[in-house]
Amino acid sequence: MSKPKSAYSIPTKKGKLDTHIFVVWVDNESGVLARVVGLFSGRGYNIESLAVAEVDATKNISRITIVTTGTPQVIDQIKLQLKKLVPVHKVADFKREDKKVIFKEMALLKVVGKKKKIEKCIKACKTYNPVILDKTNISVVIQITALRREIDKMSKKLKPLGLTSTSRTGAIAMTRGSEVFK
Amino acid sequence: MSKLYTGAEIVFKCLKDQNVDFIFGYPGGAVLPIYDELKNHSSIKHILVRHEQGAGHAAEGYARSSGKPGVVLVTSGPGATNVVTALTDAYMDSVPLVCISGQVPTHLIGTDAFQECDTTGITRPCTKHNWLVKDIKDLPKIMHEAFQVATTGRPGPVLVDIPKDIQFAKTNYFKPKKEKKYNGKLNNKFSQREIDDLINFISNAKRPVIYTGGGVINSGPRASDSLREFVRQIGFPITSTLQGLGAFPGDDNQFIGMLGMHGTYEANNAMHDCDLLINIGARFDDRITGKIDEFSPKSKKIHIDIDPSSINKIIKVDLAIVGDVNEVLMATIKKLNKEKKGLKTSNKQNLSKWWEQIQKWRSKNSLGFINSKETIKPQHAVKRLYELTKDQDTFITTEVGQHQMWAAQHYKFNKPNRWMTSGGLGTMGYGLPAAVGVQIAHPDKLVIDIAGEASVLMTMQEMSTAVQYNLPIKIFVLNNQYMGMVRQWQELLHEKNYSESYSEALPDFVKLAEAYGCKGIKAENPSELDDKIEEMVNHKGPVIFDCQVDPTENCFPMIPSGKPHNQMILGPKDHDGNKITGKGKALV
Repeated sequence: MSKPKSAYSIPTKKGKLDTHIFVVWVDNESGVLARVVGLFSGRGYNIESLAVAEVDATKNISRITIVTTGTPQVIDQIKLQLKKLVPVHKVADFKREDKKVIFKEMALLKVVGKKKKIEKCIKACKTYNPVILDKTNISVVIQITALRREIDKMSKKLKPLGLTSTSRTGAIAMTRGSEVFK
Repeated sequence: MSKLYTGAEIVFKCLKDQNVDFIFGYPGGAVLPIYDELKNHSSIKHILVRHEQGAGHAAEGYARSSGKPGVVLVTSGPGATNVVTALTDAYMDSVPLVCISGQVPTHLIGTDAFQECDTTGITRPCTKHNWLVKDIKDLPKIMHEAFQVATTGRPGPVLVDIPKDIQFAKTNYFKPKKEKKYNGKLNNKFSQREIDDLINFISNAKRPVIYTGGGVINSGPRASDSLREFVRQIGFPITSTLQGLGAFPGDDNQFIGMLGMHGTYEANNAMHDCDLLINIGARFDDRITGKIDEFSPKSKKIHIDIDPSSINKIIKVDLAIVGDVNEVLMATIKKLNKEKKGLKTSNKQNLSKWWEQIQKWRSKNSLGFINSKETIKPQHAVKRLYELTKDQDTFITTEVGQHQMWAAQHYKFNKPNRWMTSGGLGTMGYGLPAAVGVQIAHPDKLVIDIAGEASVLMTMQEMSTAVQYNLPIKIFVLNNQYMGMVRQWQELLHEKNYSESYSEALPDFVKLAEAYGCKGIKAENPSELDDKIEEMVNHKGPVIFDCQVDPTENCFPMIPSGKPHNQMILGPKDHDGNKITGKGKALV
């Protein structure tokens, strides 16, 4: 083995990566999203999707949902680092496989083409709660809500049928049942 | 209706309510209203530095030696960007700083106005938190919060960016609320069960070692007292990180020296072979652990830290106690006294074999070096400095590099808050301004910056500050004409290609000292060293001491990159080490 020319250690083998969904309750103040996102980029964590909006106007609380991947150690770190941020109130993290949690993502799909193809598209979307938001003779805008990977699959499927534009929200999450995360 | 105050007045009212005595700063357009207000507040003294980085490091030196937060005042744009290095340094080493920066008026923010920069954007990753004050009504709350965030939990720097129009605007003032729990960020909720577990580990250990860090210092002087009591009670060997030096007496027999990359042979081997590792207020930094996979492979690990994100970040531990070091130690001592009657006698037998082994490692004398009669060896210079100053309460700061490691190895600290060095960020140029801050906090004490000639030139202008305030700091420069640590790595790792690590032109430090209006002393051979050091120590004003040392000396022992603790390179006195060292003379 050749001598490493560095005063730093050599990276060791990385563990298995898990996909986790973080839900972060923050004060809705200027720069708060930059703090959260900056933490991820600054420490080399990954963001697969991000959804943010104010959820409590009187208390001024926003809810940020972040989908990320990492080794169990990294996931732990993300959680602890997020909790250290001053405007962060609480942090929840869920494994993607977690059955107790609902994950949903919304997508708007614009299909341009002949009537027959458009009909085919609407049919294909049937299992994902399709809503027709706009329709002309040669186009349609369909709203679907589904899992991330299902939407991935749909966009692939609809491409040959005339899908010209996709807009997606990023995943949001909610626990099942009456329980509320504290 | 209560009286209305301007933003600038509120800044000072807050500083007074937070018991601030000194501000380190540099004026400029966007902070002029605050500077204008300075004259009305005689209890707060402003120290005018020569560069904003110097203000930051001086505030760090002040904070670390006094235990109070350091306060920095700078202007917008370049003022703020110049202080970024010091903020990052304070963030890495957990030093409480409150930096107040001026900003262009609110209506000009975002227009690329003169001396505008996105200060809160730039300092976001290097502060615990920062604020841009957009409404004068928020100012009192933000100022109090700033001190709270900087000084609670794991301390660190914060920044408050105040636009110029806010400094003029008026509002009501209110005093800080006492003892308000800050948004759950105070993590001091360890349980008695964790203490019981800790004691269980302690009583079953055969080959234990305690590894302490800057967290002990940050927990306050009482934490060091508790640590001493705890360590003597259980009779374990104790090692310390660079930042933790002084928490436990450096000349005590139970202290086995600093650990890590340039730590002692006995400390690193004890870390590697131990069966119980108790980390108190340290963070498993990469300069300490060496190769992670082979770090202390046979031990149960315990981590005591105030910062939950330090737990399991690098090294998985068997027991984590999140809390303030002093409180955890006091709870442990109490329980030990109650239940085990101190463990001292039973532990002596349990640990006798382990101590024998440690003595064997100790007998290697890993800090040894070959002294010379012709040239001053840098280690010898530090040793002499220690011998000649140990009888008074001396404060040491350093720059970064070989001299820093030699200072850590050969200067023995017996009290906390006497040792100020840039460990995490490794900022060359830290020591001189830090010494300024230390001297401000301790005007009658001896303050020495053990420096390298390359580092000290980075912030040399602060000598002018020292002269202005008649601060008798001693700059003890180990002058080897090289960036010594760079040179050493080039020798060991880059086939002696000494690329750009030699300073072909250096100032005459004696003349430079005189130009600044202070005293210059030069020592060129070992025979005159002691007298000259005495001369430096006895001089009433600031001194630059040019100590001409062997230019090719390397800092040993050393853990080479990617190696575990038990594979150290020892110095030239050791036969195994000879093949790697000794050849360093082939220089141009």
